[in-house]
Amino acid sequence: MRRIKSVAAATALAALLASTAASAETLKFAFQGTLNQLDPYSLNETFTLGMLGNAYEGLTRRGANLEIEPALAESWEIVEPNRWRFHLRKGVKFHNGNDFTAEDVVFSAERLRAEGSDLKTRLGADVKVEIVDDHTVDFVLPGPNPILHYEWDTWYIMDKEWTEANNAVKVTSASDTNPNHAALHANGTGPFRIDTHEAGVKTVYSKYDGWWDKPTHNLDTVEFTPIASDATRIAALLSGELDMVYPVPVQDIKRVEDNDGTRALTGPELRTIFLGMDQRRDELLHSSVKGKNPFQDRRVRLAFYQAIDMEAIKDKVMRGLSTPSALMISPFLFSRADEFKRYPYDPEASKKLLAEAGYPDGFSVGMDCPNDRYVNDEAICQTVAAFLARVGVKVDLNAQPKAKYFAKVLASGGYDTSFYLLGWTPSSFDSWNVLANIEGCRDDAGNGGQFNLGGYCNPEVDKLAARILEENDPEKRDDLIAEAFRLTIGDVSHIPLHQQGLAWGVSDKVDVVQRADNQFLFRSVQKH
Amino acid sequence: MLAFTIRRLLQAILVMLVVALIAFTLFRYVGDPVNQMVGVETSAEEREALRERLGLNAPVMVQFARFIGHAALFDFGTSYQFKQPVADMIGKRLPATLELSLVSALLALLVGIPMGVYTGLNRDSALSKFFLSVSLIGISLPTFLIGILLIFVFSVNLQWLPSFGRGEVVQIGWWSTGLLTTSGLKALVLPAITLGLFQMTLIMRLVRAEMLEVIRTDYIKFARARGLPDRIVHFRHALKNTLVPVITIAGLQLGTIIAFAIITETVFQWPGMGLLFLQAVQNVDIPIMAAYLMLIAFLFVVINLIVDILYFLVDPRLRAERAVH
Repeated sequence: MRRIKSVAAATALAALLASTAASAETLKFAFQGTLNQLDPYSLNETFTLGMLGNAYEGLTRRGANLEIEPALAESWEIVEPNRWRFHLRKGVKFHNGNDFTAEDVVFSAERLRAEGSDLKTRLGADVKVEIVDDHTVDFVLPGPNPILHYEWDTWYIMDKEWTEANNAVKVTSASDTNPNHAALHANGTGPFRIDTHEAGVKTVYSKYDGWWDKPTHNLDTVEFTPIASDATRIAALLSGELDMVYPVPVQDIKRVEDNDGTRALTGPELRTIFLGMDQRRDELLHSSVKGKNPFQDRRVRLAFYQAIDMEAIKDKVMRGLSTPSALMISPFLFSRADEFKRYPYDPEASKKLLAEAGYPDGFSVGMDCPNDRYVNDEAICQTVAAFLARVGVKVDLNAQPKAKYFAKVLASGGYDTSFYLLGWTPSSFDSWNVLANIEGCRDDAGNGGQFNLGGYCNPEVDKLAARILEENDPEKRDDLIAEAFRLTIGDVSHIPLHQQGLAWGVSDKVDVVQRADNQFLFRSVQKH
Repeated sequence: MLAFTIRRLLQAILVMLVVALIAFTLFRYVGDPVNQMVGVETSAEEREALRERLGLNAPVMVQFARFIGHAALFDFGTSYQFKQPVADMIGKRLPATLELSLVSALLALLVGIPMGVYTGLNRDSALSKFFLSVSLIGISLPTFLIGILLIFVFSVNLQWLPSFGRGEVVQIGWWSTGLLTTSGLKALVLPAITLGLFQMTLIMRLVRAEMLEVIRTDYIKFARARGLPDRIVHFRHALKNTLVPVITIAGLQLGTIIAFAIITETVFQWPGMGLLFLQAVQNVDIPIMAAYLMLIAFLFVVINLIVDILYFLVDPRLRAERAVH
C-alpha cells in the first residue's frame, strides 16, 4: 500500500516536473506610460491602441513594415468608386465564443461614430454601412476616398452581443460617472485575451487558443507593468526581471548594449519633430517687434531654418538617434521623399536674410516647448535657442510639462504661441493627414488645420489637399502630394527638424519585431 | 475634555476646507485635463463640449462647492484617465502605501533607537562615528537617489532583490497584502529602507541627543551611586525618559512617511497612492489629485488630533489649568 502511494507520488511529481519543463512562456515587459482603460474607442493614442491590438482586431492590420494586410476582412474591392465591399473572414470567434459576423461590423461602425468616441475620424459620419450577407459588408461613401481603410488596423471590431449584454453600448467617455464594462474588460478576436487589468499597476494577457491565424509567437502569458521612472525601467531590464522595456532613454542605449544578455533595438520613428511660427497674427504675442509680425516675411522664416545645424543636434542632443528631415512627413510614408532636400545650414546666409528683412540686429521672440513629450524635447529647444542666438535672435524659452504646454498652444488655449516645437505622426500613415492638419488654413477657433498652430495659410495647398483626398490613382496622387509639399517647403511653412528615433531594450531571451509606429505586438514574439 | 475634543474637531474641519480650497486654486495652474483625455484628432468643438460636460467651464468657486458637496458624501467622482470611481481606486492603492509606510516606520524605530542609545553611551567609539557618518548620508541624500543606488547595487549587480513592484499579493477581503508571500517580502525590502532611512537617522540622532542630556542628570548619578547595574540604569532609567519626545516625533513622522511615499513609490513603481497621485499630476487628473490631497490632509489632522488628546490625557497640568477656567 505504502509502495503504491509512493509510486503515485513519484508519478505526480514527474507529471508536475514535465508540465513545468514544457512550461508556460511568460513575457514580462514595461512601458513608461499606463494603459488606462480598455474601451477601444475611448482614446486615440498609439500606446493604448497598440496594447488593445493584442486582444482586438480590425478588418485590416499592418505587418512588420506597416504594410496593410487582411485581418478580419479576407479581401476587399472597390465595386463602384463610392462603394467598397469587404469580404469578412469566416469561422472567426470572439474570446467569449461568439461568432464574428457582418452585424458586429455594423455595430462597431455605429459605436465608433457615437457620442463620446475619440476615434470618429476612422470612418466619416456620412459613410453608410450596409450588410450584404452574413460575411459581406458594403461601405457607401459620399465621394471617392482612396485611403478609407488606412486607419482601420486600429478600428477594432467589438462583439455586438457582448457589448449589449454588458450594457456597454455607450462609449466610455471621460465625463461618465459610472464605470463602463468595456473600460475594464476586453472581448476581441485577437491572439491574446486580457485576463486581468489593474489600471496603472499590471495587465495580464493569456494566449487565445481559438485565434483564426497561425500563431508566430510561442507565448502563453504576457505581463505588462507600467514603470514611469527611466532608471528603474532600465534597471529592471538589466537585472533580468523584465524581457523587454521601452522606451530606452538615448543616454542609456549604450548601457543596455554593453550589458550581457540585453540589447537595444533602435530605428527611426514615424514622428516628425518640427518648429512652427505664428504667421497669422499681425503682431506677435511674445516678441520685441511691435506693430508687425516678422514671421509673415518668408526671409525671416528661412533665416531661422538656415541658422539651425541639425547634424549637431543629431550628434550632441540625440546621440545619433535621429534623422534630420526635409519633409513634414516621415520619408518612410511617402515614396518620393528622396526628391526633397533640407535647406543647408548656413548662419551667414541667415544673418543676411535677417538684415534684408529689416532685422540686422535680430529681435527677441518667446518660444514654447514641452519638456516631457518627445525625446529630449527641452534639450532640442535649448540648442535651437543657442543657434538662433548666433544670428542675433534672442529666444526666451518657455519649456513646460505637456499638460501645461498643450493647454497654452492648442486651440483651447487660443493658440497662445509665437514660436513652438511640436511633433506629428499622421495616424493614417498618409500625407493628406499632414497637409490637412498641419499645413491647412484655419480660423481663430481652430476650424481647418487644427494643429497648424502658427496659422500658415496657402490656398493653393488647400486646393491640392482636397484633390489628393479624392484621387484614386496612386501615381497621380503622389504627384499632387509632391506638388503640395514643394509649395509648403517653398513657403517655409514650418521648419522640419528630424524624425526622432525609437529605442527598445530587449533581453537576448526574446525576439521581437520593432515597428516604426512604436507599437509592440505580441503576436510575433518568440521567447527561448 | 468633551468641549476640548469638539473644539479640535471643528478646527480639523476648517483645516480640511482650507486644504481643499488651496488645492482647488492650484488646479487652475496644472494644465488642461481635456488635452490629456482625448487623442490629437478630436476637434475643437468636441473638446469644448467635453470641457462643458466635466464642469470645467464653471467658476472655480462653483467647482469647489460642487466638490465639497460630493466629498461630504464620500463621492470623489470618476478619474479622468482611468474612467473608474476615484474612491475605489484609492481604496485599492491604500493597502500598498500603508504597508510600506508602517514597515518603514517600524524599521526606523527598531534600528534607530538602539543605534541612538549606542552612540549616546559610547560617544567616542569607532562604531559610533561610523553610525553618525551613515546617518549623515541618510539625512542629506535625496530619497530618489538612495532608491536608485539601492536598485543599482541589490537588483542590477547582486540580483538579490527586485527593482520594482510589489511581488505577489494575497487578497484578504478588500485588503491586498504582500506580507504573506516571499516575493512580496523581498519586494518590500528596498522601498522600505529607502523610505525609512531619513526617519531612522532622525530618530537615531534624537535618541542620542536625549541620552546625552539624560545621562548627565542627577537621578542617573544617584542611580549609579545606588550601585545599580549599567543595563538597568541605561535602559530603565535613561532610555525611558528619552522616549517622550521620540514618541511624539515618531507619531508625527508617520504622517510624513505616508505623504512622502510619493517619491519612493515612483522610484520603485510601488503601486500605492503616491504613484497614483504622481501619474494624476502628469495627466491633470483633477478628481484623483483632489481626493488624494484630502486624504493626506485628513491623515495629518487625525494624527494631530490623537496626539493632542494624548497630551491632554498624559499631562495632568493641562487638565488642571483648564479646570481653573
